[in-house]
Amino acid sequence: MTDIPKSYSATGEIGATLQKRSLWARFLLDLKKSPYTARFGMVVIFFYIFVALFAPWLAPYGESQVFPAPYEPWSKEFVFGTDQIGRDILSRMIYGARNTVGIAVATTFLAFLIGGSLGLAAAINRSWLDQILSRLVDVLMAIPSLIFALVLLSIFGSNITNLVLIIAVLDSTRVFRLTRAVALNVVVMDYVEAARLRGEGIGWIMRREILPNILPPLIAEFGLRFCFVFLTIAALSFLGVGIQPPTADWGSMVRDNASLIMFAQYDLRAGLTPLLPAAAIALLTVAINFVVDWFLQKTSGLKDE
Amino acid sequence: MSSKTKKSDVLLSIKGLKIQGFSDEKWHDIINGIDLTLHTGEVLGLIGESGAGKSTLGLAAMGYTQPGCRITEGEIIFDGVDLAKLTDGEKRKFWGTRMTYVAQSAAAAFNPARRLIVQTTASTIRSGIKDQSSAYEDAQQLYDVLNLPDPENIGERYPHQVSGGQLQRVMTAMAMSPRPDLLVFDEPTTALDVTTQVEVLASMRSIVEEFNTAAIYITHDLAVVAQMADVIKVLRYGNEVEEAPTRQMLSAPQQEYTKSLWSVRSLEKSQQVAKDSVLSLKGINAGYGAAKVLNSVNIEVPKGSTVAVVGESGSGKSTAARVITGLLPQMSGSVQFNGEDLPPALANRSKDQKRRIQMIYQMADTAMNPRQTVREIIGRPLEFYLGMRGSEKTKRITDLLEMIELDASFMQRLPGELSGGQKQRICIARALAAEPDFIICDEVTSALDQIVQEGILKLLLRLQEELGLTYLFITHDISTVNAIADQVVVMNQGEVVEQGLKTEVFQPPHPEYTELLLSSVPEMDPDWLTNLIAKRPQQSS
Repeated sequence: MTDIPKSYSATGEIGATLQKRSLWARFLLDLKKSPYTARFGMVVIFFYIFVALFAPWLAPYGESQVFPAPYEPWSKEFVFGTDQIGRDILSRMIYGARNTVGIAVATTFLAFLIGGSLGLAAAINRSWLDQILSRLVDVLMAIPSLIFALVLLSIFGSNITNLVLIIAVLDSTRVFRLTRAVALNVVVMDYVEAARLRGEGIGWIMRREILPNILPPLIAEFGLRFCFVFLTIAALSFLGVGIQPPTADWGSMVRDNASLIMFAQYDLRAGLTPLLPAAAIALLTVAINFVVDWFLQKTSGLKDE
Repeated sequence: MSSKTKKSDVLLSIKGLKIQGFSDEKWHDIINGIDLTLHTGEVLGLIGESGAGKSTLGLAAMGYTQPGCRITEGEIIFDGVDLAKLTDGEKRKFWGTRMTYVAQSAAAAFNPARRLIVQTTASTIRSGIKDQSSAYEDAQQLYDVLNLPDPENIGERYPHQVSGGQLQRVMTAMAMSPRPDLLVFDEPTTALDVTTQVEVLASMRSIVEEFNTAAIYITHDLAVVAQMADVIKVLRYGNEVEEAPTRQMLSAPQQEYTKSLWSVRSLEKSQQVAKDSVLSLKGINAGYGAAKVLNSVNIEVPKGSTVAVVGESGSGKSTAARVITGLLPQMSGSVQFNGEDLPPALANRSKDQKRRIQMIYQMADTAMNPRQTVREIIGRPLEFYLGMRGSEKTKRITDLLEMIELDASFMQRLPGELSGGQKQRICIARALAAEPDFIICDEVTSALDQIVQEGILKLLLRLQEELGLTYLFITHDISTVNAIADQVVVMNQGEVVEQGLKTEVFQPPHPEYTELLLSSVPEMDPDWLTNLIAKRPQQSS
C-alpha cells in the first residue's frame, strides 16, 4: 500500500513564506507565553545557580569554620543557628548548593554520556551489540538501585569520584532505554538510510542525523533524571555513605541535625533547622519538574484541553 | 453516470459556508463561502489538490469539524435541520445512523481487537434501528452485495485477517448498515493497488445505487471520480472553481485550473532506443531471512534511458532497489554496474561506487532530516564525495538549486518550511549533488498532487536530457510510466513478468498479469468502469 503523508502541506505551494525568527527571538516568544509554574521554576533554578556560583561571597562564614558554640539557636549572628560541632548552618546551606547540585549535575551529565551514546549505538546496530547492552541493562535494572549503590559504595569506598561514577552508571541504564527507544523510531527514517547509502560513518549518523531529532525527549529526561540523581545523592549522604564531612551537603545536614526535631516542642525554630536543607532539596526538585513539564508540553505538542 | 430514478428531493444544502482552522497562533480560512446542494440518491465528487479543503468540506457536510477548526459562517441544512446550529450531542443523533463516513485508511480506522461484524453493526444496534440478529443478517447481505468472499463468515474475522481492499469494503458495509441518507467517502481507494481499487470502486458504486443513497466522494484522482460521481465540484484553496455534471465536466471544463488538472495525464515521453546497459541484474535471488522476495530477477538498464519497474505492493520492486543499492545483499546472482560486478554488501563498495548510484525516495518528508537546512542537505554530498568547501560549495549549491528551479533563498530553509513538491525537488538536488550516473526513483511522485507530479516528472526528464542520467523508476502508476519511461519491467510476486520497450509492453498481446494491471488503470471515460466490469468475469478476491 502507498500511504499519502498526513503532514503534507500546501502552504509552500502558493508561495507563502514563513516568517523567519532567530533562535533568541523564538525563545523570548516562548518565554512570554510560558505558564506561571514554569516561570517560578526558572526563577528558583537561577537562584540556586547564583547561590552555588557565588557561595564564598554570599556565605557569612567559611564552609567548615567551627565556632565554640554548638547547637546555637537562631540569632542575628547565626541566622539559622549552628550545628552539632558549631558550624554556621546558613553558610553550610549556601556551600551545600555548590556541592550537592554540582555533583548531581556532573553525575547526570556522565549518565547521559554513557547511556545516550550506548543507546544510540544499540539502536543503529540492532543486532549483537543491541542484545548484549540491552540484557546487561535489564540485569542492572533488576537490582534496586539505592541498595545496589550502597553495596558498591561500601566495596569501593565512599569518595566523591566513586559516588559520581556509581550513580552515573546505575542511572545510565534508564537513559539507555529511553535513548534506544526514541532512536529506534528515527533510525528507520529514509534520511538515515540515505546517509548510510552515502557511506557515512556511525559517528556522523549518531551525531548529525539522529541526535538532533531525539533531543527534546532527552532534554526533558535530563531534568527528571537530575532530580532522581540529586535525591539519590541526598539519600546516600543521609545514610552516611554519600558526600563525606567536612564537605557541606544537604543530605548529611539533615542527618546531622535530625535530633533537633525533637526540640520543636520547646523552640519551633530549632525543630525547623533540620528541615531547611530538606526543603532546599524539595524546592529544587519541584522547580525542575515545573520547567520540564512546560518543556515537554511544548515539544510534544500536547494541549491541556 | 447510470440512470437514477428519484433525484428530486434536496437532501443537503450548504450555503455560504466558511470554516477556519487554527495554526501558527492565528485563524486561517480553510473554506471561504461554499454552496453545495445534494439531492437524494446523488453522488457528488469533490476534487482538488491537498489543502483545497475538500476533506474539511466533506466532513462539514456531516456538521463535523476537525479539532482546531470552527464554522464561522453559513448554514448546513440536512433534511430541514441546520447542523451548524446544533450542539455535538444533538448532531450525534445523525452521525453514524443517518449520515456515515468511510475513511481513507481502513486499516487505521478499525479496532484491531474486535470482530468485523461487531464493528459493522455497532452503531445500528446501539441506535436501536435493528436488533442484533437482524443487523448481523443484514451485514452478511451487505458483504454479499459488496462482493466479499464467504459473506456468511467473513464477519467473524479480525481486521488483520483480511486484505486492505476487503477491509475497505467492510468499512463501506459498516457505513451502509444503518441505511444512511448520506455517505461521505474520503479518498477510500487512495491507499489501494490499482487491481484492488477496481473491485472496491465497483462494489461501492453498486451499493450506493442499490439503496439510492446520496454520497459525497472526496478524491484527488480524476479518473476515479469520473466513475463514481453524477456531479463533480472542483475546489481550490477553499473556493469553488466550478461544478458541473460529470460528463459535461470531463468533456468541456470551463476554468483554466480545471483544464490544467485534466491535461496532466496526457504527458508522454517519446521513447529512446536502447544503447549499452549501464546496470544489469543477473539471476538475482534475495529476501529477508527465510522469506524469499526476489526470484531469479534479470533486469537490464540501458545507458541514458529510463526503465520503469511496475507492479503492485509486494511484487518485489522496492526490494530490487535495495539489492542494487547494497542495503540488502543478494543471496545469489550478480549486479553489474558499468561492466563490473558490484560487491553485494554496501560496506564493501568503494566511495566512488556509492557516489555513482543515488536514490530518491517516495516520501520526501522522511527522506530529509527535519533538523537540517536545505544548505546542509544538499551540501553534505558535495563535501563528502567531492571535498567541496566554503564558497565553492555555496556556488555549487546555488547552481543545483537553479537546476531544480528554486532560487538561492531556499538555502536557509528547513524541510518543514517547504511544500511537498519543493521537498521532492530538494531530494533530487541532493541526488544530483553526488554527480551520479544512475538514479533510483522509488515512487517519487505517488505522494504528490497531480499538477505537482507533472512538474517533478518534467524536471526529471529535462535533467536526463541535460546530464545524460539513467533512471530506474519504480512506480505502480501506469500514467507515470507513460510520462517518463523508455523501457518497462512488469513485476509480480518477485518475478519479472514482462520486460521490454514501452511500446512493446503496452501493445497486446500481454501476459495475463500485465493485462490485468493495464486494464485496471482508471481512465477518464465515465463509462470505463461499467464496460470493464461487463468484460471481466465476475471474481471475488
